[in-house]
Amino acid sequence: MADIIKKATREAYGKALVELGGRYKDMIVLDADLSGSTKTGDFAKVYPDRFFNAGIAEQNMMSIAAGIASTGKLVFASSFAMFAAGRAYEQVRNSIGYTHLNVKIGATHAGMSVGEDGATHQCNEDIALMRTIPGMTIINPADAVEAYAAVIAAAEYDGPVYLRLGRLAVPVINDDSYKFTMGKGIVLREGSDVTVMATGLMVNEALIAYDMLKSEGISARIVNIHTIKPIDEALITESAARTGAIVTAEEHSVIGGLGGAVAEVICEKYPVPVLRVGTEDTFGISGPAADVLKYFNLTAEQIVKKAKQAIAAKKN
Amino acid sequence: MEQAQKNMLLKTACKVRMGVIEGTTEAKSGHPGGSLSAADIITYLYFCEMNVDPKNPKKAGRDRFVLSKGHGSPALYSVLALKGFFDFDEIKNLRKIGGMLQGHPDMNKIPGIDMSTGSLGQGISAAAGMALSAKVSGDSYRVYTLLGDGELEEGQVWEAAMFAAHKKLDNLIAFVDNNDLQIDGNIADVNSPKPIDKKFEAFGWAVFEIDGHDFDQIEDAVNKAKQVKDKPSVIIAKTVKGKGVSFMENVADWHGKAAAGEQAEQAMAELKSEYERLA
Repeated sequence: MADIIKKATREAYGKALVELGGRYKDMIVLDADLSGSTKTGDFAKVYPDRFFNAGIAEQNMMSIAAGIASTGKLVFASSFAMFAAGRAYEQVRNSIGYTHLNVKIGATHAGMSVGEDGATHQCNEDIALMRTIPGMTIINPADAVEAYAAVIAAAEYDGPVYLRLGRLAVPVINDDSYKFTMGKGIVLREGSDVTVMATGLMVNEALIAYDMLKSEGISARIVNIHTIKPIDEALITESAARTGAIVTAEEHSVIGGLGGAVAEVICEKYPVPVLRVGTEDTFGISGPAADVLKYFNLTAEQIVKKAKQAIAAKKN
Repeated sequence: MEQAQKNMLLKTACKVRMGVIEGTTEAKSGHPGGSLSAADIITYLYFCEMNVDPKNPKKAGRDRFVLSKGHGSPALYSVLALKGFFDFDEIKNLRKIGGMLQGHPDMNKIPGIDMSTGSLGQGISAAAGMALSAKVSGDSYRVYTLLGDGELEEGQVWEAAMFAAHKKLDNLIAFVDNNDLQIDGNIADVNSPKPIDKKFEAFGWAVFEIDGHDFDQIEDAVNKAKQVKDKPSVIIAKTVKGKGVSFMENVADWHGKAAAGEQAEQAMAELKSEYERLA
């Protein structure tokens, strides 16, 4: 097995912004005093005239982004997920969502893997919040390769996009041949007993779970759902029909995230057991990211456990 | 200002006020008080100042107007209709299913609306974003926005004020419709945003204070604001909530309540009588 290369999705975000800055001459990037962390600073270095710091004022930043976009320019606005989706929720909803303006929200430091900063900064609700906004596209990339492609695709799409990015360096699981299609899940492994639908850094855990399940004679289909809205209904129902049970896995609350989205589709289109791996309606805790993820059972082992339960819950 | 122009403005603003009453009464809801107080300012901007084209509402390089106090929409809709953006009869369908005139301004449904607003505090930020965009691409258009005085209680207003001054947005001119009343009463009693002038000064804005119902003063302040360099301007316009309808003037209760029956008839009669006096 080749050496595992680890890279944070926010690193790819910064690099993609620089690439896009050359391509879109009127593109503007905003940040709220976190440009070093969100990596919008990469863009600021190359295009200082098109980068603006809103300071620690995320609500204003989101409405500023809407105003700029209303004049026909492409805008990226960045902060940590907690403040982009949480603090500025209503600005995103009314200034950006209701208007359907061409604003891309680059929300980094999402989920438990923020680690040491603890609960006030570990945003496990952003997917749920953004999902409720009509017309909002939500992308949660699994690795740096997918993140880079997703940022480019978001720029090419006309309308609001929420890009959910991480602080933690995570294994790169895709190679140069990777192609991103907004709204289309990716089958990474074929299987017949159960489908694991994962998003973000849990996709790698799902791949590890595949091997663990295989060693016990269980055939799992592994699907990467990078676009959580619009959700790939066809792939979800097809997976339900093919394997008869589903496990979802996300670094987010089990309420309203990928698990919620998949369950909504399954309930209406093709009822089968759906079990969710995610944070169980709880706030986070301080600790090194890897330890925090284990503490909240955001692991391959938990996916394996839930997969077995899901298979057992199938009606014969 | 020449008398003929002033007379045109007075008559237009009077028609705008009739639209405010007609629309809110038909809708059995809406915000007549703050629409009537803002009517003269919005009328002046669209009929004397702004570079806009009703036949091409999205014209590149046009001046922008953002009604940050979005609940003043009946006044803005009436102005846009009189300017020719759409038929004045649309006012009858304000706030109705199937009508295009939403309770608060909607940029995707209504010709001439530059930004959807209604949630207070967000409009001034969007206006600052437009002004910043013009600076980045070297466009010469100006951005006007109108805030309520109660709206100044929203923290986002001051985030935007800080931003606009720091980014030296001298192409941004904000009005404060200072009618001193908000839903729950006098702004000084509810959670006073005063002193408004000193706050904006401290945030780095050029400040002008006028009578918001005097077209000479509105014109003078706008002309002075346009000469200001390297900082945004705010024109604090002292106004009368419910202006032009005797029983609505300076009564907070008419913030968000439509006139009905005899009161609606009286309001329209007063405005018609004023219009005839001007003609």
